[in-house]
Amino acid sequence: MADPVLGVRDLRVRIGRREIVRGISFDVARDQTLGIVGESGSGKSMTVLAATGLLDAPGAVISGTSTLAGAADSAPAQLVGASARLLREVHGGRIGFVFQDPGTSLNPLLTVERQITESLEAHRNMTRQQARGRALELLEAVGLPQPQTRLNSYPHQLSGGQRQRVMIAIALACDPELLIADEPTTSLDVTTQAQIIDLVRDLQRDFGTAVVWISHDLGVIGQVADDVTVLQDGQAVEQAPVLDVFDNPQQPYTRELLNARPLIGAPGPPPADSEAPVLLRVEGLDVRFPVTTPVGRSTVHAVKDLSFQIRHGTTLGLVGESGSGKSTVAASLTGLVKPDAGAASLDGLGVRGAAVKALRRRISLVFQDPFSSLNPRTRAGAAIGEPLWVHRLAKGKQARQKRVAELLELVGLPAAFASRYPHELSGGQRQRVSIARALATEPDLLILDESTASLDVSVQARVLDLLADLQRELNLTYLFIGHDLAVIQRMSHDVLVMRDGEAVEYRPAAQLFESPEQDYTRALLAAVPPARPRSALPG
Amino acid sequence: MTTCTPADTTTAEEQTRLSAVRLLAGNPVTVVSAIVLAVLVVVAITAQWIAPFGVNDIDVPNALRPPGGEHWFGTDELGRDIFSRVLVAIQASLRVAVVSVAFAVVVGVTIGLIASYRGGWLDTVVMRVVDVMFAFPVLLLALAVVAILGPGVTTTILAIGSVYTPIFARVARASTLSVRVEPFVQVSRTMGTGHLYMLGRHILPNIAGPLIVQTSLSLAFAILSEAALSFLGLGIQPPQPSLGRMIFDSQGFVTLAWWMAVFPGAAIVVTVLAFNLLGDGLRDVLDPKQRTMIEARRRSG
Repeated sequence: MADPVLGVRDLRVRIGRREIVRGISFDVARDQTLGIVGESGSGKSMTVLAATGLLDAPGAVISGTSTLAGAADSAPAQLVGASARLLREVHGGRIGFVFQDPGTSLNPLLTVERQITESLEAHRNMTRQQARGRALELLEAVGLPQPQTRLNSYPHQLSGGQRQRVMIAIALACDPELLIADEPTTSLDVTTQAQIIDLVRDLQRDFGTAVVWISHDLGVIGQVADDVTVLQDGQAVEQAPVLDVFDNPQQPYTRELLNARPLIGAPGPPPADSEAPVLLRVEGLDVRFPVTTPVGRSTVHAVKDLSFQIRHGTTLGLVGESGSGKSTVAASLTGLVKPDAGAASLDGLGVRGAAVKALRRRISLVFQDPFSSLNPRTRAGAAIGEPLWVHRLAKGKQARQKRVAELLELVGLPAAFASRYPHELSGGQRQRVSIARALATEPDLLILDESTASLDVSVQARVLDLLADLQRELNLTYLFIGHDLAVIQRMSHDVLVMRDGEAVEYRPAAQLFESPEQDYTRALLAAVPPARPRSALPG
Repeated sequence: MTTCTPADTTTAEEQTRLSAVRLLAGNPVTVVSAIVLAVLVVVAITAQWIAPFGVNDIDVPNALRPPGGEHWFGTDELGRDIFSRVLVAIQASLRVAVVSVAFAVVVGVTIGLIASYRGGWLDTVVMRVVDVMFAFPVLLLALAVVAILGPGVTTTILAIGSVYTPIFARVARASTLSVRVEPFVQVSRTMGTGHLYMLGRHILPNIAGPLIVQTSLSLAFAILSEAALSFLGLGIQPPQPSLGRMIFDSQGFVTLAWWMAVFPGAAIVVTVLAFNLLGDGLRDVLDPKQRTMIEARRRSG
């Protein structure tokens, strides 16, 4: 390997009595991308923050070395335990950072121009005018449409993908030798993720930057990395070139991560009875939201004349990018928003009408975010018992506790978890509790609104298995909402592709994945990280 | 059936319970102020029995005695024992503060909760009324109430209570606004939960933190307000002793008998400071944002 831009040796981070990073070493060279992969809690962010002198946790003790190679005009810099002055010079100037959440890593009160020029003025002593010119170049380089007008935009005027492009422009402003990307695509749609991956690769080719890319998804790492470090519990369990990791994984943990990747072409659910009666029928659903902006009131047409049906015991996959209106469909079915037109019937009964409370029992909802969909002040048992109480389903406290224990067992959690608070559970466990709560009323229809999208791929795979098992055992009907076609394929009997509130393609899953008819569907399919790493492809 | 694999369970096992009480106990300032307040409450409850002299025992030959063996805090111009009077006055102050703040909490939280939960025109109308109440300076509003109803303990309580009601309405409303859009509230709505259950189970426990902090801080200000009203002769009426009144009475004797002003004043300072420091300590522990941040920091890898 050529001289590494960043060389890390035996890095350890200890907070209190716990060692969170336990002796990690890696090198990353010019033009190369190192992928660091692991589940949440494996210490991957901690490793990189400690190696770059950014770790700001009270009581953290860092040991080991992390050397940033000397550039033309500067000596090699030792980043572990470096002075604040040295770090200030290095951060932004020689190391650029891109973080996960493009919504919160930009200052909402500054224009895009100001956020880019800030580091240029700090590190390169540019004048306002020079910095503005450079900002314009950068926005062009990261492929933001109409860069001239975008310079004066504020972050809230940009979409998630555009914000992440701005973040990358900021990170690259001073031609850093090293780019740190910490889960840069995790909160983005798969289509946007594919664009960002391409963008970073193109920029790396043009600028020759060394990149450290952190992700929980080995599929993404396969698309970006040359070398891979697999982290588990703060230790590097496997370090190898990306092709070796994919073709010849040495560790069971690596194999588990490989198998957890959602892949196009994975087998779907077992075929359902095509003669089964229709459970949910939606006709001509139309939803508009009033929006008040400084220029006046307008409406957003979120769902346009949408019709579909779901048979008993089957899954309809509803897929689209953010803003396609797919969550609005779920909200109008559960009464959270009022549709402007359209009818929905459950077993022939109108979903809107007098018997709303009885119908609420039959439709349950599981949200995306496992952290905010449970009341932080309520124990898991009480959360699961709530629908039982509301609908008077289990008489008496003991009957309720017994039912809660059954439900916990159903979702694969020990009964003792009933007394835990949400913050005492991991993301996957919280989502299991949410599913148990949704199942408490023995609903006919379960609406899963991006229910696995914010979980690690490995946890997502286990929750998807659970959902498939439950469907088979309890003959449940799912409306499965997602943005990742690979996940949709694994779960769905029928697929409805949505864009801008309209149905683009609505067909049985097998046909749709066999021969997609619409360009948009093909684009969604192409965005899913393929099974083989990019470096295995010819050319 | 899938079960949890070890990787799925470890994080929760390692989580220690973030008990609010334990976090509070780790802050020495909070502990000291809590102890001071506990002592003050005991003193207030037992004032009649532990006071060495009657509050209105006049002993003119011993007037204006400096602090000493028999009269710990000295005596006033009529020879009354200042220590005994301070003890009983603390009782009166605390009673006024607690009752008036309780009134403000109950009324204000109900108003704020319902206004923001119901939303729409009700919210607009109620909160504009609250805005109007905010526009009056605290003492001016209290003076107006006293002027209408005449001075006395009940009036003082009503006056202070109505001054603090809008503060609680605002705090409750602001917190409810952010909690009612949380996904867990929406999930609960999709189950068909009733409004009372929703408010009691999901909203109130999640806005309790800021309300408890506000209560502690308001108690401090209520004691100050009571002292100010009594100083002006509009609060607790003689012959019942009150801290504000005692300071007022000391004015003519400041050069002769510093102890007449200093000890009631010190009682006010200690009580108010203890409530304020406790409030700050509570805020650090109970503010849901800070708690979430602490928890998130512990969780992130």
